[in-house]
Amino acid sequence: MIEVHELTKRYGDRLAVDRLSFQVPQGVVTGFLGPNGAGKSTTMRMMLDLDRPTGGRVTIDGKHYSQLSEPLRHIGALLEARAVHPGRSAYNHLLWMAQSNRIPAGRVGEVLDLVGLQEVAKRRSGGFSLGMGQRLGIAAALLGDPQIMMFDEPVNGLDPEGILWIRNLMKSLADEGRTVFVSSHLMSEMALTADHLIVIGQGRLLADLTMDQFIDQNSHSFVRLRTPEPEALLSALAAQGISAVPAHHDSGHAGSYEVLDGDAAAIGDLARDQGIALHELSPQRASLEEAFIRMTASSVEYRTGGEPPVPSAMSNQMPTAAPTAAPAPTDAPAWGAGWKKES
Amino acid sequence: MANPRAVLLSEWTKVRTVRSTVITLAVTFVVTVGLSAVICAVTNSNWKNMSPSEQATFDPTSTSFSGIFLGQLALIVFAVLVVGNEYSTGMIRVTLSAVPQRLTLLAAKAAAVVVLVLPVALATSFVSFLLGQALLGSHRTTLGSPHVLRAVFGMAVYMTLIALLSLGVGFILRKPVASLGLLMPFFFLISPILGNVPKIKTVARYFPDKAGTQMASVVGSSDIPYGPLAGFFICLAWTAVCLLGGYLLLHNRDA
Repeated sequence: MIEVHELTKRYGDRLAVDRLSFQVPQGVVTGFLGPNGAGKSTTMRMMLDLDRPTGGRVTIDGKHYSQLSEPLRHIGALLEARAVHPGRSAYNHLLWMAQSNRIPAGRVGEVLDLVGLQEVAKRRSGGFSLGMGQRLGIAAALLGDPQIMMFDEPVNGLDPEGILWIRNLMKSLADEGRTVFVSSHLMSEMALTADHLIVIGQGRLLADLTMDQFIDQNSHSFVRLRTPEPEALLSALAAQGISAVPAHHDSGHAGSYEVLDGDAAAIGDLARDQGIALHELSPQRASLEEAFIRMTASSVEYRTGGEPPVPSAMSNQMPTAAPTAAPAPTDAPAWGAGWKKES
Repeated sequence: MANPRAVLLSEWTKVRTVRSTVITLAVTFVVTVGLSAVICAVTNSNWKNMSPSEQATFDPTSTSFSGIFLGQLALIVFAVLVVGNEYSTGMIRVTLSAVPQRLTLLAAKAAAVVVLVLPVALATSFVSFLLGQALLGSHRTTLGSPHVLRAVFGMAVYMTLIALLSLGVGFILRKPVASLGLLMPFFFLISPILGNVPKIKTVARYFPDKAGTQMASVVGSSDIPYGPLAGFFICLAWTAVCLLGGYLLLHNRDA
């Protein structure tokens, strides 16, 4: 169990983490979500006692990290994939880690098997691809067979097979009853893996809720309408007690409206009965990505110029929360097989 | 708390599993022994051209260690890389998450350095001495002569302390380039130059390499107003300050 209490980190004038408090629930995957620069990595480094908090504290199983006598047996973390001496082999990298926490050397071979690196275990890790480096980092996190696992942006830079592998790994770790805490800046990624969400922006807690609650609250459906006769349509809808709001983002299409939780068939029938032309009538579902962007919009630190503060036009292009990410192509080689060809 | 023996074993695994360890320590040995041998041979053949005062204060023991002037640079590289490589790759964050107790970690790294450097230093000093004396011909001394054995051991201790001092600087400056950029010019250029500048040399003679020279000499330098034992403590003090500074920064700074 990880408890974060009033955690604060200040760099000069800038508050990177601002009185952040949350608990990471046990036995599930918790997504730690926030835009780039929200303070996710800083928080994770403080959780591992790598960075000194300006204020507040973190406890792991009730203890401060530095009070854990053999921390790798409690918590396994992957912060950076490339944090390995390039001249040292994967085996020796895991061996020194195991020795430092009195983990039997035989466990090194086990975790190398688990991540599929046994064949390159004796080779210098400097020649590893990003995906192999990531697997080595995960092997290191698994080394002490810990109950708590922590991953900082684990899918960054990985190919689709690698992403799928990490996703399944995190789920299976949680299925084994482990606590998995994973950071990401992509809601769509978290929607596929996380059971619980902790959202931060500019170092402050924005939301701490289950994935189901987040979907209930944010994934509303609406009907999009476009008409050359907006006045007639609006009054006809109003007569039926249906309220439509202008679709603020489609500035190029005057006469676009949205009806929250509307019934597209009923609205279409109504327009036909009244003789009102409709150029668009489409049921829509707000994406979780959009909800996340809206939630964090006010806290995004660096925004590209010229964009509206709430880029809801993205709802047209962004995938919805439904698992739309393509599964690995069936004819593709197993992920991790790539290095065999290179060598 | 972390088990010190376990952490020492793990640090030992780290140093023995990278190529730079063998390369830098082999270079230390070869350069020190080789250059010392050349200087001894040249001294022997030029003996007649030396002034009477030079002949009177000639120290065959320290002459056979002359190569350390250059050889210590490889030793500095070794010790700096022990910690600097962890910072340049980001591995230090893996290390500190495995061993969050900073003092235990630093002590284990220092112990691993001593375990490796001391035997290399002893081999270097004895081989340098024996080969150098063989090449000095009639001007040679022997291990049995007064203070000679102390000077040979003093040389090995000096090398070990320089390695620990460099480790401390490595913890302070983190980046290998920064640590080497400070230590290499200091030992190779700045200290020798300042040692010849009037007034400044009264301070410069307390620099670690000058103190080390006293430890490894039988006939002390006339410029230096302290003996071999004081030299050892001066060198030890420099090393302790660097390691302490390294520890304080390791403890207080974000990794």
